[in-house]
Amino acid sequence: MAAVATCGSGVGTTGSAVATASKSNVTSFQRRGPRASGTNDSGPRLVSIAGTRPSVRNGQLLVSTGLPALDQLLGGGLAIGTVLLIEEDKYNIYSPLLFKCFLAEGIVNGHTLLVASAKEDPANILQELPAPLLDDNSKKEFDEDVYNHKTPESNIKMKIAWRYQLLPKMEIGPVSSRFGHYYDASKRIPQELIEASNWHGFFLPEKISSVLKVEPCSLTPGYIKLLQFIQNIIYEERFDGSNPQKKQRNVLRIGIQNLGSPLWGDDICCAENGSNSHSLTKFLYVLRGLLRTSLSACIITMPTHLIQNKAIIARVTNLSDIVIGLESFIGSERETNPLYKDYHGLIHIRQIPRLNNLICDESDVKDLAFKLKRKLFTIEAEVQKGVSRATFLLDGPRKKLFPCLFQLLEVACIPWLMASSSIFKASNIGLSPSYVTNSGFFSASLFHF
Amino acid sequence: MFVELNNLLNTTPDRAEQGKLTLLCDAKTDGSFLVHHFLSFYLKANCKVCFVALFQSFSHYNIVGQKLGVNLTVARERGQLVFLEGLKSAVDVFFQTQEEPHPLQFLREANAGNLKPLFEFVREALKPVDSGEARWTYPVLLVDDLSVLLSLGMGAVAALDFIHYCRATVCWELKGNMVILVHDSGDVEDEENDILLNGVSHQSHLILRAEGLATGFCRDVHGQLRILWRRPSQPTAQRDQSLTYQYKIQDRSVSFFAKGMSPAVL
Repeated sequence: MAAVATCGSGVGTTGSAVATASKSNVTSFQRRGPRASGTNDSGPRLVSIAGTRPSVRNGQLLVSTGLPALDQLLGGGLAIGTVLLIEEDKYNIYSPLLFKCFLAEGIVNGHTLLVASAKEDPANILQELPAPLLDDNSKKEFDEDVYNHKTPESNIKMKIAWRYQLLPKMEIGPVSSRFGHYYDASKRIPQELIEASNWHGFFLPEKISSVLKVEPCSLTPGYIKLLQFIQNIIYEERFDGSNPQKKQRNVLRIGIQNLGSPLWGDDICCAENGSNSHSLTKFLYVLRGLLRTSLSACIITMPTHLIQNKAIIARVTNLSDIVIGLESFIGSERETNPLYKDYHGLIHIRQIPRLNNLICDESDVKDLAFKLKRKLFTIEAEVQKGVSRATFLLDGPRKKLFPCLFQLLEVACIPWLMASSSIFKASNIGLSPSYVTNSGFFSASLFHF
Repeated sequence: MFVELNNLLNTTPDRAEQGKLTLLCDAKTDGSFLVHHFLSFYLKANCKVCFVALFQSFSHYNIVGQKLGVNLTVARERGQLVFLEGLKSAVDVFFQTQEEPHPLQFLREANAGNLKPLFEFVREALKPVDSGEARWTYPVLLVDDLSVLLSLGMGAVAALDFIHYCRATVCWELKGNMVILVHDSGDVEDEENDILLNGVSHQSHLILRAEGLATGFCRDVHGQLRILWRRPSQPTAQRDQSLTYQYKIQDRSVSFFAKGMSPAVL
């Protein structure tokens, strides 16, 4: 169909004329039209959607998780059609920040959001999203007045780039075309961005009051409602590719908060052998089925430390694609441990999927710690106190206004936990004096394996 | 199909044994490369393959299969491959009522039923067609993976019944082969999974067990493969033969070597 369209538009004839021309096959001249989007979608769809990029390894379409350093550890980003499961830290302090960065990244890129929660109204969640740190150029396109009053320097800039004043203040569509942004956790996202974005909210207490229409299966009613809601949105807004004529494709970002907690009606956090212990795993399976057949990516935070039955955690891990565990030091003896005095917790990357491939992009760094400085969230891996911190800080934002970073750092003082092949690396790196003193009783003989 | 693994197992697509149940098991690592190996192996051996793929989508297996030299789309069109895509079918079953019994009908049921519709699907897919000429050599059933059925609400006994029925039909009646993948939960006490794993391993002729290294992550050695040949029907007068190799997965193949003989170390 697409070929006929291009030939028709070029030659200016109707479809029948083109058909006769192709039947005759007299001339060897073939019109080369642009490849339309009506290609067979058995492979990954490499369309140019804002905020996505193809993976270098297998061509999968990736979206950013909102933390560029986490993207790097996951091999480029979160693949479309997959589930990112975050095992919440004990007091649920840091996992909401990752959750909100994911959603904020969706707003900045112009993706559609679907926020589901049993605890908070999704509208309130969106109000609390962190503000993005954008480059100077894109900042001029909105919020100009604030900067006009600040310094005369910015006024000069505005004069040189006078054309920007003619642009409308509110940008509809993706604010920035970069992949992965940094966020300032102390500031709220501008209200215009939220209003300009397309989002759907699922707040469980509102939805659960209506009558169930599906026959009872072993899922809890909250999960059934949520699945139906997600499927509805995917179908109505054509994220499943059912309408190939639509030119502008977009990505649906789904965020589900505190899945598995008792607020969802599930009792796996309360009892070891509950009545419907398969509810959560069935939900995840059907959700992954929905995601695989649509242009969407999902983030789920789950309080796995509350789940009584460890077998369920193993099954949930197997059914998710990427699993990240956060372990904060609050309240544990590690808080006072001098090794960890700079960090707020550990981050464990428990599973990375092998999609369309035999191998996956596992990073060699296995001991990662995170730090939430004053405001921002970035990730940084530190191998040695002196050397690598400098190199990775260059990845951070140029402004360095308030370098509050959610930093992922490799704990420098436990060298034998690194990959055994990198033991060879350690012998090549000169040990700086600060490293030796910090390692304390870790003598150099450990390197002789 | 990994040529090195064929050498270790002492088989080729031309002269593979029939009527065998192979168990693939992975503990603390991902054993899906074995599934891709057997899928491409049996497609190249010109067998009729029924693939119950509950874990990943069709395009995933297709893309990896193309790296290994088989085209699943073509095989499906030719009728050589019958593919049950679990993820897509689950969405269909869950959101729309089906008129005829669907293989994954149990997703709509509240109580753990049995896997009879799934068995009927397999039997229908692998039954010999009376077309006169024998197009395919022998039927093969591939399941990836069985532990997902436990997560979807089936009991271990129901899954074992399903395997038993399939073995009676595919291995004994139709003289075909079966390849099943089961996850080993290891130290996590998943009783249902342990029952399932023990049950299937007692019925199997060949067990391939992919394990992670005991010392943790290594960039050059991705894991350890234990191969165990068994004779479940005969009394074990001789010891079951067992071999252990370590492996490294590459883009299109897997290289095997003896323990400690990784090329990176030598």
